[in-house]
Amino acid sequence: MLAIRNLSVAFPGPEGPVRVVDDVSVEVGRGESLGIVGESGSGKSMLSLATIGLLPKSARTSGGILLEGRNILTMGEKELCGLRGRRIGMIFQEPMTALNPAMTAGQQIAEGIRLHHGTGRAEARAEALRLLDRVRIPDPARRIDSYPHEMSGGQRQRVGIAIALALKPDLLIADEPTTALDVTVQKEILDILDELVADLGLSLILISHDLGVIARSTDRTLVMCRGRAVEDGPTEAVLRNPTAQYTRDLIAALPRRARAGLGEPGLGEEARLAAGGTP
Amino acid sequence: MLRHLARRAAGFAVTFLLISVLVFCMMEIVPGDPASAMLGTSATSETLAALRAQMGLDAPALVRYLRWLGGLASGNLGVSYTYGVPVGGLILERLAVTLPLTGLAVLLAVGIALPLGVTAASRPGGVADGVATLYAQAGIAVPNFWIGLLLIMVVALGLGWLPAGGFPGWGEPVAAFRALLLPALALAIPQSAVLTRVTRASVVEVMNEDFVRTARAKGASVSRALWRHAVPNALVPVITMLGLQISFLIGGAVLVENVFTLPGMGRLAWQALAQRDLIVIQNVVMVFATIVIVVNLGVDLLYTVVDPRLRRRA
Amino acid sequence: MTALALRLRRGWRPGSAALLVGGVLTACLVGIALTSLVWTPEDPTRMRILQKLRGPLVSGWLGTDHLGRDVASMLMRGAFNSLTTAFAAVGLGAVLGTLAGVAAAAGPTFDAMLMRICDALFALPPILSAIMLGALLGPGALTAIVAIGVFMIPVFARVTRGAAMQIWAREYIMAARMAGKGTARITLEHVLPNIAGQVIVQVTIQLAMAILTEAGLSFLGLGLPPPAPTWGRMLAESQTYLTQAPHLALAPGLAIAAAVLGLNLLGDGLAARLDPRRRQAS
Repeated sequence: MLAIRNLSVAFPGPEGPVRVVDDVSVEVGRGESLGIVGESGSGKSMLSLATIGLLPKSARTSGGILLEGRNILTMGEKELCGLRGRRIGMIFQEPMTALNPAMTAGQQIAEGIRLHHGTGRAEARAEALRLLDRVRIPDPARRIDSYPHEMSGGQRQRVGIAIALALKPDLLIADEPTTALDVTVQKEILDILDELVADLGLSLILISHDLGVIARSTDRTLVMCRGRAVEDGPTEAVLRNPTAQYTRDLIAALPRRARAGLGEPGLGEEARLAAGGTP
Repeated sequence: MLRHLARRAAGFAVTFLLISVLVFCMMEIVPGDPASAMLGTSATSETLAALRAQMGLDAPALVRYLRWLGGLASGNLGVSYTYGVPVGGLILERLAVTLPLTGLAVLLAVGIALPLGVTAASRPGGVADGVATLYAQAGIAVPNFWIGLLLIMVVALGLGWLPAGGFPGWGEPVAAFRALLLPALALAIPQSAVLTRVTRASVVEVMNEDFVRTARAKGASVSRALWRHAVPNALVPVITMLGLQISFLIGGAVLVENVFTLPGMGRLAWQALAQRDLIVIQNVVMVFATIVIVVNLGVDLLYTVVDPRLRRRA
Repeated sequence: MTALALRLRRGWRPGSAALLVGGVLTACLVGIALTSLVWTPEDPTRMRILQKLRGPLVSGWLGTDHLGRDVASMLMRGAFNSLTTAFAAVGLGAVLGTLAGVAAAAGPTFDAMLMRICDALFALPPILSAIMLGALLGPGALTAIVAIGVFMIPVFARVTRGAAMQIWAREYIMAARMAGKGTARITLEHVLPNIAGQVIVQVTIQLAMAILTEAGLSFLGLGLPPPAPTWGRMLAESQTYLTQAPHLALAPGLAIAAAVLGLNLLGDGLAARLDPRRRQAS
């Protein structure tokens, strides 16, 4: 469904252009989930921003990002606006700053629905209420009129998920969705995310520096280092039998108990939490 | 929220009292006796004493101060020495010019500054940004009364589109509005220059926030992200600046009313100085200062409207 | 790239353009003001009624006014009068305001009281204070200086108070306290030197404000009394001849605008260099 072909992203720097994504190719099938793992600065966030067409203006790109055969990199702004939210949803890392402080949760969820479907206010609000219920926000009828500053981090990230899924997109990009959250809240958010992805049959790109999160929620894994793809394959294979030295180093850097749990989703829960405890 | 408001209101009450003491003391040490000024040099000492008693000038300063405070509350401010009419009515009549004038100026200033500042912020370094920066620098540098003179020269005398001065009264609303348009524009241009600068800086900062990206990821266009998401969150500094400018706006009104010979509060104060009508000066200054304080209280309320995070402030 | 070009490029920091243009304009202003003391094309107060209302270059560089006085000479002397009033007013505001701000930051005893007084002073626009003072002292330089200066006290007090409080929160102040230094000594040795940059920036910007306000006051007849030429009164006198002699309204207005623009740009440029908050922001 999504095919990234030889994608490069560069920014002008004082000593010539700096490549932050360098010749990366990867595919995501319908209903498939891809994990992208790497240290901060490895280019994984730029890859996700490129996919939704929100790279900073100064970025220069080459290659292609094909969504069902159509290249996102060459689309006009108007076409991209019709695509964002409707075909591709995105969840951001910082629930504290990713929501508009001057709009209620309900308004922010309803906005995408109203923009793309031209739905009326009342109908969009009813849909927002259903979505809040689906992301298991306690007391959604009250929370729908809450402002972000009145909610906890976990609740805000649920609102973030509701925003991203409001239009039942084909592809969901989650950029470090749990990094900024408490360990206990991380698990709840991942549970909700897994469940919704399975229910709606979405394709998922999950970006994380946390191998535990990747192991638990993804089918395939792409390992990135300094803008380059160093390894790509089924998640279990990548984590159990890494071929690239960089992947081995990443795994070796984990605490032992977490390492033992890798590749055994369901069993390694405790270990995963230990690994994700320090973002 | 209520407690916060109550505390602010108490603070404003203290400020009000401080100003009233200051104004009263200033007027107290001004040389000259209003009663003898009214009667002229030929008055006998008996009639002088009678007038002084009638005007309440024979009471001790503290009593007269308290009477004045009471008068400010009830609107009974005494009688103008030169006009011979109650000062309260005189001020009300003049406020009917000055308040619409300054109100219109604020509307024009915001109407110029908001679109200009936001457009400039939408593409920093672009053409609109250059125009806005130039406008901001130039607009701050020109005195409002000079802009008034230029507008009279070009728009009123040259093109003949609008009157060069005078005020027909609110009995003729259209003519009255036309009479206020040029003076309001003269007042508004320097204000809008400052506001443009603040708006631009504030919106540029907010456009870098994560939630603007969230909005774009939903499919919101650049202009929707700008106006629906960034601008509402960029308004607090703009409103702060509006509140700070009220002092300059009132000072500017005194000047511009004199350029356009508008019968407003500023012209009243200026004429009162020429005629040494101290009671008018005292009360006009006090009313102006009260307006400044009240506007600042209003600004405080506006904060809570634009920023829901401040609604629960203790 | 040659070493010189490289050094020039490195030297071109944020605010350099503003600093350069503002510095040149301000230098011109001060230069003209000082020159007017020893030389002007004509005596700025000499009336030549037969040559009244001449246009620019017809008589003198900028023509003559309704009394036949030379406009260029009046502008030059006006620059001096405007600058001296502005300097005196800002000096008054800067000294008293900085004292109040530093005192308020040093201890909560003064803080609430001083800030209330500042609120009250800030609610009195300088033109209104000048009208009250005009009743007390009569129009003149003193009235203008006190009216503008008093309004600037709260401006300087707020800026210095905020800056000084940040200094007080630093660790080396704690160390100085532990070493047994008193509040006054810490203020003198650590706080004042550290906020000096921000005060200088504020002085520049407030000088621009003072020139604008002084022009307004002398426009209303509340500034220096005649025959001393002031930009404001030149504008007031030009009102009668707007169609007949527009240069009388244009020249002083442009002079004010250039002076204020120069000082504002200089202030912006200095702020980019000296003010730590703005340096971070830019």
